[in-house]
Amino acid sequence: MKITLKVWRQKNSNTPGKLVEYQLDNVSEDMSFLEMFDVLNDSLTRKGEEPVAFDHDCREGICGTCSMYINGRAHGPQTGATTCQLHMRSFNDGDTIVVEPWRARAFPIIKDLIVDRLAFDRIIQAGGYVSVNTGSAVDANEILIPRTIADEAMDAAACIGCGACVAACKNASAMLFVSAKVSQLAILPQGKSEHKERAERMVAQMDSEGFGACSFTGACSVECPKSISLDHIARLNREYLGAKLSSDNIQG
Amino acid sequence: MKLESKIPEGPLAEKWARHKFALKLVNPANKRKYDIIVVGTGLAGASAAASLAELGYNVKAFCYQDSPRRAHSIAAQGGINAAKNYQNDGDSVFRLFYDTIKGGDYRAREGNVYRLAEVSVNIIDQCVAQGVPFAREYGGTLANRSFGGAQVSRTFYARGQTGQQLLLGAYSALSRQVANGKVKLYTRTEMLDLVVEDGKARGIVVRNLITGKIESHSGHAVLLCTGGYGNVFYLSTNAMGCNVTAAWRAHKKGALFGNPCFTQIHPTCIPVSGHYQSKLTLMSESLRNDGRVWVPKTKEDAEKIRKGQIKPSDLGEEARDYFLERRYPSFGNLVPRDVASRNAKNMCDEGRGVAKTGLAVYLDFADAIKRDGLKTIEAKYGNLFEMYEKITGENPYETPMMIYPAVHYTMGGLWVDYNLMTSIPGLYALGEANFSDHGANRLGASALMQGLADGYFVIPYTVGDYLATIGPADKLPVDAPAFKEAEQKIQAQVNKFLSIQGERPVDDLHKELGHIMWEYCGMSRSADGLKIAKQKIQALKKEFWTNSKVLGDAGEMNQGLEQAGRVADFIELGELMVDDALNRNESCGGHFREEYQTPDGEALRDDANYTYVAAWEYQGEDKPELLNKEPLEFENVKLTQRSYK
Repeated sequence: MKITLKVWRQKNSNTPGKLVEYQLDNVSEDMSFLEMFDVLNDSLTRKGEEPVAFDHDCREGICGTCSMYINGRAHGPQTGATTCQLHMRSFNDGDTIVVEPWRARAFPIIKDLIVDRLAFDRIIQAGGYVSVNTGSAVDANEILIPRTIADEAMDAAACIGCGACVAACKNASAMLFVSAKVSQLAILPQGKSEHKERAERMVAQMDSEGFGACSFTGACSVECPKSISLDHIARLNREYLGAKLSSDNIQG
Repeated sequence: MKLESKIPEGPLAEKWARHKFALKLVNPANKRKYDIIVVGTGLAGASAAASLAELGYNVKAFCYQDSPRRAHSIAAQGGINAAKNYQNDGDSVFRLFYDTIKGGDYRAREGNVYRLAEVSVNIIDQCVAQGVPFAREYGGTLANRSFGGAQVSRTFYARGQTGQQLLLGAYSALSRQVANGKVKLYTRTEMLDLVVEDGKARGIVVRNLITGKIESHSGHAVLLCTGGYGNVFYLSTNAMGCNVTAAWRAHKKGALFGNPCFTQIHPTCIPVSGHYQSKLTLMSESLRNDGRVWVPKTKEDAEKIRKGQIKPSDLGEEARDYFLERRYPSFGNLVPRDVASRNAKNMCDEGRGVAKTGLAVYLDFADAIKRDGLKTIEAKYGNLFEMYEKITGENPYETPMMIYPAVHYTMGGLWVDYNLMTSIPGLYALGEANFSDHGANRLGASALMQGLADGYFVIPYTVGDYLATIGPADKLPVDAPAFKEAEQKIQAQVNKFLSIQGERPVDDLHKELGHIMWEYCGMSRSADGLKIAKQKIQALKKEFWTNSKVLGDAGEMNQGLEQAGRVADFIELGELMVDDALNRNESCGGHFREEYQTPDGEALRDDANYTYVAAWEYQGEDKPELLNKEPLEFENVKLTQRSYK
């Protein structure tokens, strides 16, 4: 296959970036999208041009590192998959593909296709945990959790923190990400005792990071590589409202 | 060097309890006077950093990823073992200990493995308390499944994402301590050197991967939780960034490297599709419960399949060779990983492999679908079949899956004593980075168990003993000459990589190393082949330092530069792996030497001469390493030949 790539190149956060065109003449349809980038980088290096910087690690759809808009869509044309799980057979010979980094105020660009997603870590630090020290746990079967609840918690916990939800949202909202963690811990008995504080603190952190308000379009869930459901946003809203109505925490 | 394993005296079941009591304690008010450096934030690193911070120590945690949540533990699929005996099926701490020792082909320490089995039960409690959504029965109790190498159901799991859920649990505990101000996180930061003075680990030198700045961090103790070195083979199931650099540079500062040649090759991975391939994807081992492994009986049929002239469905039963069922009638398709892998390789070597490359065997679900119905198979393996189809473009419900073995885990690693301390006082190695618990072969669902055991339940006890001995004043400031010298050395190395300006991209050289390692030091090894490998690696090393090509600057984000450092270390490690494989004149677990096999082609151990840990000591640039031996003593299990016939 012959492919024309238009790739966002930007030296660092202080330098303006631009789309640069590259031609690849020998792309196999069995290649993954990121392997095509490896081939591009190999040829750039041999020519003495600096290779394209992009985030990637596990290349099996679970670490959440890879992050690209491909033809304007987070993680490309497939649904339920990350960029690294996308293969070139999803494209046609002669296609032009535009590749850009996540665009969101809370995800500043570091270089080329790499953005800074530490805002997500700070949101988790604000309350995305159960306060239990090592060694103080009761026997694992002491608290029974119905299978349906465990399954629902697992659906939420499947989030890989890639940021596609933010990238897909026209408001760059992080609601799906935040709701996945709030929801997982709110429905499990272990997370119950802190559930009000958690919702308040995580939402406050989300707001202070500069993520936008929920756009209610549902684009986040459609583009989520793990298909996290909008139900969790509903649960987050309920948790947050409930916390605000009954909490004596005056912060944020 | 005299190797002291520090295994406590006394009966096996009492060793850990006695040892915990004998260890010195640090007063709660004094803990804040100690700084601990944790490198790596996978299961071992995140659990250690969180637990030590909870105790009151000041922790600095480092990872090369953009977030600690992305460490490669996240990719583990199958599950985590624990001797809970919730299923009432005869499990016990002793049985988990026994299975692990036997599965490791009697090349691990009894004391360490027993402790691992003992604390396994606490791990599950801890993870459940953190909100890890393990699979449950309808009544609300935890569900279990069985896994290779065991006859009991002791594996806890969270769908096919157990590693992810356990890591997110440890990451949440770590995040809580970051919020508490007890852990300072350094993401996109790579450790490039260990600083040792007066024989003790004093801190590390790192490179900030965003700014390129080289800086030092001082601590009372350094914990390396940096994972395995499977990427020495270039193609493996490891993440692209997994590397040996932290462990290797500690090794060059005096930490011994244990059993480097013990590598695990996993039998069920998606085969290589072309030269551009960057990594291999594992398909869960559970598939072998229902899939039947076969190749065509004749080379001619295999050839036709490779050329696309016939399809696998065109071959009737009489034209197929179900080679695992044929050779191992009692275990069939469920033989351990090393045996299954080796047999698949032999079939391909005979010219009976399938796929365009000839490097694949079939894993066929047609009989299972006929027997149990499509629905049942879909319920069991639906997500795996989908993943397979995404990658290969083929539908495994209709045509047999193709699989081939791939490097998956490394049992070898930095040598540690019972306290997880390396041969450098104050330097510890946890999780896959150490050598200690899996012998020559790791059982499924035991890697997660070991990472969390080390981090949650071992290091919080053992590190205190060392800290109490040295005292809070025994710390080197970061402006000490030892740190400055190390920084200059690293800066010089970085500049060197950028100044070579040869012809070949680093990735290309890495690929070549991978080919050498896979060909001569992979699934089967021979003295002749290993000698060839050694020469080739030495030549490659020369080429790397004269003909590699890294572009860009040192003072900015530069992925090519990061890779150059890692590949330079992999090349040196590769040579040591070859030396180790050449030294071990026996076959055991994942180490199969062609010269040492039973008449019917099974691994043949030599217990009289090789029941020891090979702990290698660095002697200087391009000098042969010195072999130290730690004899393994078995008081509680009897060494037998593994048989799966």
